[in-house]
Amino acid sequence: MRAPSSELPVVLENVSLRSGPTPILEDLNQTIAHGAPTLIVGPNGAGKTSLLRLCMGLTAPSSGRITWGGRTDRAPLRRAIVFQRPVMLRRSASANIAYALAQADVPRKARAARIAELLDRVGLAELAHRPARHLSSGEQQRLALARALARNPELLLLDEPTASLDPAATRGVEEIIAAAAQSGIKVVMASHDLGQVRRLAGEVIFLLRGRVHEREMAHAFFDSPATAEAASFLRGDLVI
Amino acid sequence: MPDHASALDLILSGDAALYAIVRLSLAVSLSAVALAAAIGMPLGAWLALTHFPGRQVAVVLLNAMMGLPPVVVGLAVYLLLSRSGPLGPMGLLFTPTAMVIAQTILIAPILAALTRQTVEDLWSEYRDELTGMHVGPLSRMMTLLWDARFSLLTALLAGFGRAAAEVGAVMIVGGNINGFTRTMTTAIALETSKGDLPLAMGLGLILVAIVIAINAAVWGTRVWSERQAG
Amino acid sequence: MTSRLGSFVLASLLLAGANLAYAADTDRSIVVASTTSTQDSGLFGYLLPIFKQQTGITVMVIAQGTGQALDTARRGDADVVFVHAKSQEEKFLAEGYGVKRYDVMYNDLVLIGPKSDAAGVKGKDIETALRTIQAKAAPFVSRGDRSGTHTAELALWKQSGIDLAGSKGPWYREIGQGMGAALNTANAMGAYVLSDRGTWISFQNKGDLEIVVEGDKRLFNQYGVMLVNPEKYPHVKKEDGQAFVDWLISRDGQATIANYKINGQQLFFPNAEKGS
Repeated sequence: MRAPSSELPVVLENVSLRSGPTPILEDLNQTIAHGAPTLIVGPNGAGKTSLLRLCMGLTAPSSGRITWGGRTDRAPLRRAIVFQRPVMLRRSASANIAYALAQADVPRKARAARIAELLDRVGLAELAHRPARHLSSGEQQRLALARALARNPELLLLDEPTASLDPAATRGVEEIIAAAAQSGIKVVMASHDLGQVRRLAGEVIFLLRGRVHEREMAHAFFDSPATAEAASFLRGDLVI
Repeated sequence: MPDHASALDLILSGDAALYAIVRLSLAVSLSAVALAAAIGMPLGAWLALTHFPGRQVAVVLLNAMMGLPPVVVGLAVYLLLSRSGPLGPMGLLFTPTAMVIAQTILIAPILAALTRQTVEDLWSEYRDELTGMHVGPLSRMMTLLWDARFSLLTALLAGFGRAAAEVGAVMIVGGNINGFTRTMTTAIALETSKGDLPLAMGLGLILVAIVIAINAAVWGTRVWSERQAG
Repeated sequence: MTSRLGSFVLASLLLAGANLAYAADTDRSIVVASTTSTQDSGLFGYLLPIFKQQTGITVMVIAQGTGQALDTARRGDADVVFVHAKSQEEKFLAEGYGVKRYDVMYNDLVLIGPKSDAAGVKGKDIETALRTIQAKAAPFVSRGDRSGTHTAELALWKQSGIDLAGSKGPWYREIGQGMGAALNTANAMGAYVLSDRGTWISFQNKGDLEIVVEGDKRLFNQYGVMLVNPEKYPHVKKEDGQAFVDWLISRDGQATIANYKINGQQLFFPNAEKGS
């Protein structure tokens, strides 16, 4: 039996990301460790998605180094990501989860039980046999969460998962995320909804123009932001 | 087939020769599609997902091969299978097997090229999710092929249509032998050259009707399947 | 879902394969390279089932022009050749590809032309007719495919004293196809064409065409049969091939050939050497 390798802490050392000559993220030196959810906020184009993709290992930095639990190889063994618009495989809801379990090398015999458990956890038990593409967007997002949780992740990354959902669906998704955080999963989530940030955050990273402008506990960020830009952002101004 | 009979007479009287010709046409073309799919679809998927120097050239060549002239393929296969050719000892010339081989060569590029495009398009949509789920290269190919199955079905129909319609390749490698290698298309060519144009046209309409029926059946299957799987 | 699809595909493949196996002959069979005139006139359709009944041998006919049929045999892709261009057949024999040549039957060639007969050749002898056609540049369709009929056509032009290479013009249309296609083309163009009587009688798209010259001794068209030389190609089915040759020139085979009629007209006249 191999010793279970850990995804955490995720350490970014002098990480920059460029697209050709255009800088997207610059001089990031951040560590993401066990604990309460980390919410990433900032105006559109600040680089939230790029930061999440770097942490997931979907994108390689242009310079600098990222390690997961000290490892530099990028195999996503116990981390998972949920996108704003998840792609549903052309099969039933439970088959989607089965697929994720298979890719996570869960033995065949154990899969049926895990599928049932995950469907329950995200509240989709009655829709197990529905074609995934026929689910509503809220249901699809919950299914995407189930797929992510199938891997039993230590680190769960989410990119504005409720941005296109109505309030009821949003609440459903937030409940699952909060429960996951409670069970010990490190949640790192980009959000544009400050109310959501208040509801879920432990700490907040304020990203602006490709740099980490502020990083502190949520109540400190909201009550007394350190920078003028953050204050401006919290007021609802357009921060250019 | 009796002379001067109309195509309708032949259908209604259950003419054995006509039914044998229809059966052979379908057996040859369907077998060729199956073989071409087994070869061409994984090849297309692999080409869509793999990057290597010269890949663009390979893609362009593959697309160009969709337009291989049937008569040229027929000639090439004839020379291969002839007794004085490299595969002569296999004795395959003038048999239905030779016809299947020729049509497989004709259709495989069509299926490969269409699969490549379909899988490439789907990959750009699925890339992040599948990479995030740590899906290995072989699994990736199979997942994309399966999820693209409805578009690939259309590609299969295109391949089948091409096979069922061509006469150049099967005429040369099959020899249009009465009772053994005579297909709908070679029979139509024969009746035309005998001057029996109404019969030739009638056979042509039967062929078109069969191809339409097959397309309709596939369409029905697809509609039912989509309802099941989304 | 995947396994259901898989078993469906497998079942279809097996069905297709079974069909092909059924089509592949497991009984005795030979491949005969022959001409389009013997096929298109319906002679083989009449002859071969009788032969099969008597001997149990299935004859698979590849119908091409004489030149192409002999080439097929040269490549070893046929067991027997049955064609009608004696000069080409004797060359084939001299090259060592055939065992022995036997006369089997003859029919005659006829000159076909439009009923309006613009060149005015009806009823003339063949050489005069050809000279007239060339002089008046009347449209003429040639098979141009080294078939027996084409070979005979070229010989007739030469006999008529015409140098085709020099006097070919837009009036002379070489189509490189079989007799049926040539007749279709002549019908569509209102042109003259040389045909064998058998194909002409059974041809069903005569349109405005009719026979303009016939009965000329020079239009005699002889058919010959040869077994492909097993010394060149050991895989040749020599017993069954020889059985077919022997039957064609036997009293039985010859009588069967004479019996083949369309609309009461006999198409082919057996003339194998007696006692062969």
